[in-house]
Amino acid sequence: MTVEGSGPEVTDREHESSSEIGEPPAGAAEGDSRPGAPRIAARSDSEVRAPSPNGATARAAEQTPGLSIALEELRAFYGRNEAVKGLDLQFHANEVTAIIGPSGCGKSTMIRCINRMHEEIPGARAQGRVMLDDLDVYDPSVDVVAVRRAIGMVFQKPNPFPTMSIFDNVAAGPRLTSRRRGDLRQTVESALRSAGLWEEVADRLDQPGASLSGGQQQRLCIARSLAVDPDVILMDEPCSALDPIATLRIEELIDQLKLRVTIVIVTHNMQQAARVADRTAFLLDGRLVEVGPTHEIFTKPNDPRTEEYVTGKFG
Amino acid sequence: MSAHGASTQPLSRFAVSPARRRKDLLARAAILAATLLALIPLVLIIYYLLRKGLGSWSTSFFTTDPTGNTFFKNSNIGGIKSAILGTLEIVALASAISIPIGICVAIWLVEYGRSSRFASVVRFAVDVLTGVPSIVFGLFIFIVLVVGTGSTYAGYKGSCALALLMLPVVIRSAEVILLLVPSGLRESALALGAPRWRVIFSVVLPTALPGMLTGVLLAVARAAGETAPLLFTAGATLKTNFNLGQFTNSLPVQIYNDVISPTTSVEHRAWGAALTLVSIILLLNVIARLASRRSRLG
Repeated sequence: MTVEGSGPEVTDREHESSSEIGEPPAGAAEGDSRPGAPRIAARSDSEVRAPSPNGATARAAEQTPGLSIALEELRAFYGRNEAVKGLDLQFHANEVTAIIGPSGCGKSTMIRCINRMHEEIPGARAQGRVMLDDLDVYDPSVDVVAVRRAIGMVFQKPNPFPTMSIFDNVAAGPRLTSRRRGDLRQTVESALRSAGLWEEVADRLDQPGASLSGGQQQRLCIARSLAVDPDVILMDEPCSALDPIATLRIEELIDQLKLRVTIVIVTHNMQQAARVADRTAFLLDGRLVEVGPTHEIFTKPNDPRTEEYVTGKFG
Repeated sequence: MSAHGASTQPLSRFAVSPARRRKDLLARAAILAATLLALIPLVLIIYYLLRKGLGSWSTSFFTTDPTGNTFFKNSNIGGIKSAILGTLEIVALASAISIPIGICVAIWLVEYGRSSRFASVVRFAVDVLTGVPSIVFGLFIFIVLVVGTGSTYAGYKGSCALALLMLPVVIRSAEVILLLVPSGLRESALALGAPRWRVIFSVVLPTALPGMLTGVLLAVARAAGETAPLLFTAGATLKTNFNLGQFTNSLPVQIYNDVISPTTSVEHRAWGAALTLVSIILLLNVIARLASRRSRLG
């Protein structure tokens, strides 16, 4: 029961200026993708947008930059049980930050607080502030739906919508959020290309998303979250259900994606953190032990507990 | 020597003892016997329905109304057209009332109420309603809509009684199916920035649809076979009637009235009507099975 069929897609094209249909990326930053501001409360574009730190490469020039995130005294609860006990942590724009730590240390809870998915669990609540650039996503005036549009999420288990085709899965974001200003086909294609999946599925877009392999499904889910053009993507152990080759592809993808979004990735895999992350944060029992450039965390950590964890002495 | 002993001893250790073999045989035989025993009445019911019912089936049996003229042996007693159409009308209206309400309640319970206090009160009430004997629903509607309004029987009153009967079944089955929809799907749709109502309409309901259809059809099938709620709500009549504001005939009530008749031909008509009713319900069940086979949920 997809709400829209193929009909509205055609009408969309009418709104589109013809020059934009052929070549997606050039005009994408200004025309096709919306300015970051109107989604969240009343903020002007210039306030939200940080200058691109990656202007050097041609690829970065055509993408909108990501936004930075700062956790301030973040606490998260499940009923009376406190899972995150006062975190102060920054995620720099257009960087990959890995969150490592033993099971149950609050990694997943923490990233679910960033896009306010934590509060979806009955009895769960969060305290403190999560600053998206300079906007507190927990501010009472902020629309939670808008926060989630700006901060995408990829889950541990690949979960394409089972009733939808590959195309519909990627189109689900723009359709469900009623934000379909561009040509939907073009949005889907560019999201699938960004997720490195286009070549593999271009000739079978109408097949069910569940017909893909696990690794392809996870890239489909990444494409799905890219289609709403988020500023930040949160990944909760995105490769834990995948084989090494599929994992490698996701990691290559993360490397490319950070040019246009800020990425926070929770992982149990030290090698993965070392491979993909610019910075790594080590959490223990709901608290931050240490955060720093990845190579420092893995080679000369300041805290003995970090060293014990990354060398496999516990956890 | 020792090598020889080591090679034979493990084999005998792994052999099945005769005592265990006997026990196994005995248990299997007992289970099979119980299964066959349970099948006997089922097979007999179907056998008698076909043997007695098929004989009274004819074109005119389905195309004429009962005449009510049952006194003389050779008089034309008519068919069951009004009963078939009446059942379809009453059940259709009952479904139109109970299915949307029931599914809404289930959506509320699963997507909004969850483990709140009010939700558990609703669940308890639904469970109690499931156990209420069908005649009580008829009695309730009789008191409220027949006695209460000082009027008489009508088809729509029968529909209301059946709708009450169906409601808990629809709610419970839809709730179970909605709970089977993986929460990861809801989360990933919400994480895309979709408002909750769109997540429900575009992701949760389409995923749950085949399963919910199964539950709904089973509720419809159950309602179609009920006599008690209709006896003193919809009444019984001879004529085919498309106005549910009047007395409306139905298959179960027709069977009930025919079976207590002393005339043999009328009694045979009851068997024919029973076979018709069972066929309709069987058809609904087959459709329900096909729907559940299409389901993507465990």
